Amino acid sequence: MLKFVVRRLLLLVPILFGLSVLLFVWLRALPGGPAQALLGERATAESVARIEALYGLNDPWYVQYWKFLSAAVQLDFGNSARTNRPVTEEMVRTFPATFELAIAALIFAIGIGIPLGYYAARKYGSWLDNLSVSGSLLGVAVPVFFLAYILKYVFSVQLGWFPTQGRQDPRIDADHPTGLYVLDGIITGNLEASWDAIMHLVLPAIALGAIPLAIIVRITRASVLDVVHEDYVRTAEAKGLWERTITRRHVLRNALLPVVTVIGLQAGLLFSGAILTETVFAFDGVGRFIAEAISNRDYAVLQGFILVIAAMYVVVNLLVDVSYGLIDPRVRVR
Amino acid sequence: MIDSEPLLDVRELSVTFTRKGGPTVRAVDGVSFTVRPGETVGLVGESGSGKSVTSLAVMGLLPRRGVEVGGQVLFDGDDLLTLPRDRMRDIRGRDIAMVFQDPMSSLNPVVPIGVQVTEVLERHQDLSGDAARSAAAELLSRVGIPDPTRRLKEYPHQLSGGMRQRALIAMALACRPRVLIADEPTTALDVTIQAQIIELLKELVQDTGAALVMITHDLGIVAGLCDTVHVMYSGRIVESAGRRELFAQPRHPYTGGLLASVPRLDAPRGRPLHPIPGSPTDVLRWSRGCAFAPRCPNRIEPCTDGPPPLESIGGRSLRCLNPLAETEEVAAR
Repeated sequence: MLKFVVRRLLLLVPILFGLSVLLFVWLRALPGGPAQALLGERATAESVARIEALYGLNDPWYVQYWKFLSAAVQLDFGNSARTNRPVTEEMVRTFPATFELAIAALIFAIGIGIPLGYYAARKYGSWLDNLSVSGSLLGVAVPVFFLAYILKYVFSVQLGWFPTQGRQDPRIDADHPTGLYVLDGIITGNLEASWDAIMHLVLPAIALGAIPLAIIVRITRASVLDVVHEDYVRTAEAKGLWERTITRRHVLRNALLPVVTVIGLQAGLLFSGAILTETVFAFDGVGRFIAEAISNRDYAVLQGFILVIAAMYVVVNLLVDVSYGLIDPRVRVR
Repeated sequence: MIDSEPLLDVRELSVTFTRKGGPTVRAVDGVSFTVRPGETVGLVGESGSGKSVTSLAVMGLLPRRGVEVGGQVLFDGDDLLTLPRDRMRDIRGRDIAMVFQDPMSSLNPVVPIGVQVTEVLERHQDLSGDAARSAAAELLSRVGIPDPTRRLKEYPHQLSGGMRQRALIAMALACRPRVLIADEPTTALDVTIQAQIIELLKELVQDTGAALVMITHDLGIVAGLCDTVHVMYSGRIVESAGRRELFAQPRHPYTGGLLASVPRLDAPRGRPLHPIPGSPTDVLRWSRGCAFAPRCPNRIEPCTDGPPPLESIGGRSLRCLNPLAETEEVAAR
């Protein structure tokens, strides 16, 4: 098991190296440049040249790449061209926010998706089943930003049930030792801040979790439909076991295997969804920060953030594989 | 023993599958038989003859949607077909247990063998924890699984096919049921293992006093095991008799054909086998006379006029208008 994990982690090295090269070349192929973006439309050629010289942007790309790489292995991704703060510092500020949002979105998607998928399968062909199937189709089809705007308009602007933006009411005075605001409130004993953070999370989490929810419902439903016709479920019925036991031990434990894989893949994709959600809700996280970095051609930020996100994606998938081995003895890794 | 009151009394059982937009299919049609305490009853027929559906109907394991079950299944004075679902759950696994055809797929792959054995004991016998585990180990060793304590912690994929079927038998017999239904328990196994499993079943039902309903297409199994044999064709019983009478003198042409098609070791080398020509039709043909008529060597004119009735002739039941003659030596044809 340990060998398996180490091997997979070593695989990260070539993945990240390849990605960094691609990213580097691709970013520099974009029209415009950081100097241009920094100085605005009416910048003179001289001022652009001065900035480019200052940041080493005139060097050949391989020289720039080498500089970047030798710093990056020490977790130094340079400074943001826009905020002029170290990229690592921006990461420490924004990653916990997105992490918190992603967890909330997953709780929403899994907490509703698995029970809904299960009952849809058990009531196959009923109104609940039809509703869940068509609802999940809608969930996948509606663009995230559109859903986010609708949610915000209806529940924040019109009904006023939830705050419209941000992570915390500015009037609340709270300490943030971890950057996960809900957890921070609990740690510091400031439950009011925790509750406020939760209220700020609800709508973004629903918007971000809609697609994973829809996919989890569908996979769970299909998988349960498969498993209930398995011979071992019939064996369990022949034993006269209670329906509860059959559901938990014989149906769900098998039906959730493919769902776990899908959850892992979706968890990795949440970061890209977060770009849209965070922008709509002015949620100060990775997604919003990257979106701004793209429009500012902020090379350092993009390089650093995308590499870290890629590494996280690989780690999440590793966790999925490991957990798969824990729940399915047949694929237990040696 | 055979003269005692029946333990299980199946009366005019019929099972009809209804499909939206498709034809309804009557898989079992007016099947009646009894099982007395300790008796071994064989239900024999080709695939599609309705024998497995009969057993599932008795167990109450048919899906509720798209299936109509008629008739009565009397057990202990209760009609199992009308019993509330929770009462039926109490009976299943405790009084009537079942062993299925394919041990590869009949065990839950992600749950240890031990849990799958103890869950029956926990459900029906109020055993739990160590008591249940030691009872489970006892059961596994009883069905001939070596090193049972270690096996309890293992998963189905770590056991061979024969071992898995033994484990399934252990689960079925865990609560000392009064009736054990075995649905082709050896079909998926190697020939050498088949004999062991049959031997084991025989031994266990003798020890526990359970009645056994053996569902099979294999007359060899029936010959070595069953007191009474019911031969099914296209959802109906065509001949019922004691084992000796049936093998000594099959009267229904279908039974005769089945016996003749069994390869024999004592037959001269190179003698061809005798298959029954044709194959059973999907849709039951009883409405237009005997369903076996198209394949029957003894067919006469009235066979296709209407379904022949099941009649008692000399200690056996027979559904045939022109049965094989008493003296005809079928097996030696």
